[in-house]
Amino acid sequence: MPLTLAIALTHLRNRKRQTLVSVLGVAMGVGFFIAMAAMMQGFHVYFINKVIDVWPHVTIKDEYRAAPLQPVQRLFNGGVVALYGLKPRDELRGIKDAESVLDGLNRRSDLAAAPTLRGQVFLRYGSKDVSATLVGIEPEHERRVSHLERDLVAGHLNNLYSAANGIILGEGVAKKAGAELNDTLSVISPAGVILKMKVVGIFRTGITPIDNFESYALLKKAQILQNRPNVINQIRIRLRDVNQARSTASSIEARLGYRTESWEETYENILGIFVIQNAIMYSTVGAILIVAAFGIFNIISTVIHEKTRDIGILKSIGFEEGDIRRIFLIEGLLVGLVGTLLGWMLGYSLTRLLGTIRFHIEGFVTAQGFLLDYSITHYLIAGSFAILSATTAAWLPARKAARLNPVDIIRGAA
Amino acid sequence: MSALLEARGVIRVLPGPLPVTLVRDIHLAVQPGEFIAITGPSGSGKSSLLYLLGLLDVPSAGAILLEGRETSRMSRGELAALRLKKLGFVFQFHFLLPEFSVLENVMIPMKKLAQESEQKMRARATRILQELGMEALLNKRPDQLSGGERQRVAIARALANDPLIILADEPTGNLDTKNGRLVFDIFKRLATQNHQAVITVTHDPQLSALTQRQIRLVDGVIASADQQA
Repeated sequence: MPLTLAIALTHLRNRKRQTLVSVLGVAMGVGFFIAMAAMMQGFHVYFINKVIDVWPHVTIKDEYRAAPLQPVQRLFNGGVVALYGLKPRDELRGIKDAESVLDGLNRRSDLAAAPTLRGQVFLRYGSKDVSATLVGIEPEHERRVSHLERDLVAGHLNNLYSAANGIILGEGVAKKAGAELNDTLSVISPAGVILKMKVVGIFRTGITPIDNFESYALLKKAQILQNRPNVINQIRIRLRDVNQARSTASSIEARLGYRTESWEETYENILGIFVIQNAIMYSTVGAILIVAAFGIFNIISTVIHEKTRDIGILKSIGFEEGDIRRIFLIEGLLVGLVGTLLGWMLGYSLTRLLGTIRFHIEGFVTAQGFLLDYSITHYLIAGSFAILSATTAAWLPARKAARLNPVDIIRGAA
Repeated sequence: MSALLEARGVIRVLPGPLPVTLVRDIHLAVQPGEFIAITGPSGSGKSSLLYLLGLLDVPSAGAILLEGRETSRMSRGELAALRLKKLGFVFQFHFLLPEFSVLENVMIPMKKLAQESEQKMRARATRILQELGMEALLNKRPDQLSGGERQRVAIARALANDPLIILADEPTGNLDTKNGRLVFDIFKRLATQNHQAVITVTHDPQLSALTQRQIRLVDGVIASADQQA
């Protein structure tokens, strides 16, 4: 064993209690970080997986990001143009030439596209009026872009075909309306059309806004209801590689001109919350580890104060500044390392413990307990931060110790 | 032949608003096998001179030559390396590392030098301790020893790397007469048998009488240098 390590070990061994407190400080910082990260990241990852799973990766909408330029603006592009009394033209909304757009998209091997007509409706069941979004779909296309069929808790997707006017409700919608499978309710559209529709399925995705507000019917029925025959206003796309969502969306938008959103854009505000959440987590746990670092600073300063004579004699024997510094740096490093290892165990056990807690939450997502993520990255981040802060905390007193003048020490003691 | 250790016009001044001159005009040559006592009243600069000769301190002016090599412009690292290989120190307090056994304490300078196998170091440290009559106490901790025993361990540690010069600062200051005498006998043997130079600071005239040569300092200046037989 190298001499400096042997000396460092004896120092720590002779201050067992202080060493233990410092090690525990580091361990707690690391452990809490891991448990907190598992909770937050777990929710984050679960949410993203859910969204990717349930929501189309890319949605083409029948609108434009910017109002179209007027001829005069196009002609004097960049010039000073003022237009008064401009009234936007009444346009028939909907994706134009949707058929060929769809055909083109479905020829690509990296994605599947399905046509939909989205619109607001009222569901009237008994005395209850519930507003919902009705999504008109074609089941054989829908199967390739969403997991609606899998998420059904009652009924079958094919019942949309067999029932005369079938509708599939989100679990929350059904609950609000008080409707169950095979009940018949009135569906009223803003166009004034009323259809009697039979509940042929109920789905639960786990994402509350979807479960509480969405319902599905055949595209044809939705078009009748909205009085927009042969119109579709959204093309929903599922990609083979979800990481390509942003680039695919922008390339489609560039080609078609329609506003095309990736799932990241649709859920931008929620993803933004995650960023803030992560910042809070890192600063909280960073604070714990900084407190732990003070503990390390304290123990090493104390050891150096106590061991001033030893430092004097070691230097007079011929130990160099670097040797002395190394002794105390090793001490900090050891505290950091042992603390990290203990912290990893603590973090893992805490996470497991959190995993056993059962309760029902219903926020953005529905879950029966903490959503946890066991990511090796958290362990590595916490460990490197702990070791870095331990080493820094040891560095300052170690440098001071290395600079001590042996003559001063010997004179002072003699 | 040049001297083993030589001081040429050494001056040491502690800088500050009121500079203090510790020693001045020191001219001194030490030959191998010499046993030298530095004496003088307290505050006369005995210890300061010893630290300068031991390369623990650096002179403000003048030169200190070890084996003919000028040391005052060496880096701290080079001085440390010289101390490790060529010099051995014994202080008034033993300064043993309390957590290590007697044998381990003696092995520390050897391990720092790291030129031998662990086994060889152990064997040599044991032999040095045997020569000092400590063979029964090899695995004891310093706090289990008497004052005289501790000082002998400190001497053994000073001898660990077979130094050219042993420098001792009041090595008997905390010892009774019998043990003090014992330490000086050991020094004498080192000088005569091993031809190692021994320089010791002492204020005890009875003990300094045992040395070959006495250098008396008064107010930082060599007042007299007696050569005895």
